[in-house]
Amino acid sequence: MLNSLRGIAARMIKIAVMILIIATFNFMLVHAAPGDPAAVIAGQSGASDEKLLAQVRAEYGLDQPLHVQLTDYLAKVASFDLGYSYRQRQPVSVLIGERLPATLLLTVTAFLLALGIGSLLGTLAGVRAGKWTDTVISIAALLFYAMPVFWLGLMLVLIFSVRLDWLPAFGFSTIGPTITGIDLVLDVATHMVLPVATLAAIYLAIYARLMRASIIEVEHQDYVKTARAKGLARGQVIRRHMLRNALLPVVTFAGVQAGALIGGSVVVETVFAWPGLGRLTFEAVMQRDYPVLLGVFLVMSVLVIAINLLTDLITRIIDPRLARAG
Amino acid sequence: MNRRDFNKLMLMAGVVGTAGIPLGIRRAAGQTRGGTLDVIIQPEPPVLVAAINQQAPTLTVAGKIYQSLLKFDFDQTPKPGLAKSWEISEDGLTYTFHLYDNVTWHDGAPFTAADVVFTTTVLLAETHPRARGNFARCDSVTATDDHTVVFKLKEPFGPFLQCFEMSSCPIMPRHLYEGTDYRNNPHNATPIGTGPYKFKEWVRGSYIRLVRNDAYYKPGQPYLDEILYRVIPDAASRSVALENGTVDLTQWGDVEMFDVPRLKQLPHVEFTTKGYEFYAPLLWLEFNNRIKPMDDKRFRQAVMHAIDKDVLVRKVLFGLARPATGPVSKATKFYDPKVKTYDFNPAKATALLDQMGLKPDGDGKRVSLTYLVPPYGEVWMRFAEYIRQALSKVGIEIVIEAIDIAGWATRSGNWDFEITAPWLYQFGDPALGVSRTYVSSNIRKGVLFSNTAGYSNPEVDRLFAEAALAVDPAKRQELYSEVQRLLVEDVPVGWLVELDFPTMYDKRFHDLVVSAIGVNDDFDAAYYEG
Repeated sequence: MLNSLRGIAARMIKIAVMILIIATFNFMLVHAAPGDPAAVIAGQSGASDEKLLAQVRAEYGLDQPLHVQLTDYLAKVASFDLGYSYRQRQPVSVLIGERLPATLLLTVTAFLLALGIGSLLGTLAGVRAGKWTDTVISIAALLFYAMPVFWLGLMLVLIFSVRLDWLPAFGFSTIGPTITGIDLVLDVATHMVLPVATLAAIYLAIYARLMRASIIEVEHQDYVKTARAKGLARGQVIRRHMLRNALLPVVTFAGVQAGALIGGSVVVETVFAWPGLGRLTFEAVMQRDYPVLLGVFLVMSVLVIAINLLTDLITRIIDPRLARAG
Repeated sequence: MNRRDFNKLMLMAGVVGTAGIPLGIRRAAGQTRGGTLDVIIQPEPPVLVAAINQQAPTLTVAGKIYQSLLKFDFDQTPKPGLAKSWEISEDGLTYTFHLYDNVTWHDGAPFTAADVVFTTTVLLAETHPRARGNFARCDSVTATDDHTVVFKLKEPFGPFLQCFEMSSCPIMPRHLYEGTDYRNNPHNATPIGTGPYKFKEWVRGSYIRLVRNDAYYKPGQPYLDEILYRVIPDAASRSVALENGTVDLTQWGDVEMFDVPRLKQLPHVEFTTKGYEFYAPLLWLEFNNRIKPMDDKRFRQAVMHAIDKDVLVRKVLFGLARPATGPVSKATKFYDPKVKTYDFNPAKATALLDQMGLKPDGDGKRVSLTYLVPPYGEVWMRFAEYIRQALSKVGIEIVIEAIDIAGWATRSGNWDFEITAPWLYQFGDPALGVSRTYVSSNIRKGVLFSNTAGYSNPEVDRLFAEAALAVDPAKRQELYSEVQRLLVEDVPVGWLVELDFPTMYDKRFHDLVVSAIGVNDDFDAAYYEG
């Protein structure tokens, strides 16, 4: 008990240090990009003079030496203050708070769908390797994997919104009379169909391919052969002996991919005008809105760390030997 | 009497005796109340206060909320805005504006001359670079009574009336801003103006909703119930939104030029390029005049002869432009058509380059220059590719470098480029939007849209300075014609095209574009006829 408590504490300290290192690294990276926010603000207003540039720089401390800016920033991070957006004139925490739920809704749904359906299809393809089911699934997966996200999104919009007029093409919910309760849920759900399908399709393909390979590999393991030799039914062998072990690499990979999923959502959020974090990040990059960018990076880092912890936990549940070992 | 005057008359008749007029006639006269206008806004503006931020999308939305003293007709003639009339003294030094006396702010407070004095002398001097320059020319600004403002200039300034266009001088409520930190004033989140539409809500990343101002000072106006600005970040999605009727209006660069020919054929869509005359964006190849061989005017002239502007207009810009002839756009006052023109003639170009002693090497290459492509959409890359192709035929190799907005702004402002291709607004008068690119006093490192090419000619400086101070339009025309002749001979930058922006809207909406600032105007006369 004491041991595990100490373990948790050590882990927490490790995480805190890691976050500070990440924050420093992000800061240096962001400031290494050419172009400064004052010039962008001036550039988009079609007019500019020295006074405006000086005002903007002074207001955000951009006239300070870089190490002073870095120290200020780290001090703020340590006190959970993410700063203030140059462009939107709002606290970064508010901006992220507004956008994070939309992104999580989109990515978590897409992630679970992709993982669930992907593993299922992969298993199916794996156990029927070489048969026509496998061929169809493998080709479909390859196609989706190779497809540019934005293209797939636009095609879905063209088919389901423009031609068929079944589903809304843009936004998070219908703009208009305020709707509440179950109507709102349904409204958001219909708006989610196309972006979720787009985002899920790509990752579904990855998990399907991974699962298929994993299943085929497990199939040749000795314990599976033993199980078969014992005379167990094929379905039972798959469910009780193969799935658990085959799932391990998929889950590990999914944990690594979770961060990339948020990256992938940039494109989907852009195509579908989805008010999420991905778009906020993209706009912040274009505007050199450093505080927003750093805030998003930090929140994402924390999310990725959390997801890794969760993945650890899940792999230990799937394979108890790992828990005993570590 | 134009159609709008007729409509107004009909409306007054309607007010007097609606019952007597059959429904059909009333409908024909239009201007019934109601309707929501769905508009694209792209990119999402950072704030909606035009006095604090002058980015294009800010102005489009803020134009419905804030107003200035004057509006401008398509030919730049001033029309009443918040000022119902005005006089200019003989010597061109005193401008007296008489304001409408029934205007109120959206919070109910009366709008008075004191608001105008505060805005022009205190607030904009702090927050608005262009207005700061314009109103620094004033010796005094005084409110002689609640509805009269007098501007006394230090010396005459020809285009002074043009300084009272909405984006140049949005009038702000003194009672909410005086003595505050303007940039961080809490009212910036819920803007209060005098305009026909009031701010209702803003869901960041999704939409901005404006609603009718029932206390607007023009009787019966505005007609629309709501204006909804939707944020749609992807260009292809924006085209789809117009196509399927999700939005009723697209403007500026909302739709990529290659989509325009298709969309403007849609049966429910009306198309116009009017309403950008005040801005009259002019696009040029900017040569960094400090770098060889671009410091030689023969080289710059050769480039002008090597590019076929008609091909640019037809093939790259899908007809949404006209070939430019010089530094002043045809839509701008004092444009002179009688200047030297550079016909498309590669032979003349090579002759000029030979004359300079810029000999081709074994591969036919004379010089290699880098072209920094402004990051404003697909079309500008195609544009750069055409320039590369055209110039390669006369031995000028162009290396294309793509960059993002921030990088472009920084490098262009810091003279860290060889060739780039910006487009700048003219603001209705050469003294406001043209001279800044060519006068020596505006060579300021680090400042975007100054004289970044680094061109300097004392005679041009003198002519621009004199023309700005001249009062008599005939005298000004003479000076500006002379400066246009000089500049076109020197070609400090290679003028290519006057850009047209497409405005496409649902046919059921009327009177959306009625002035030289088009979609940025206040839409107080716009109406829906369903």
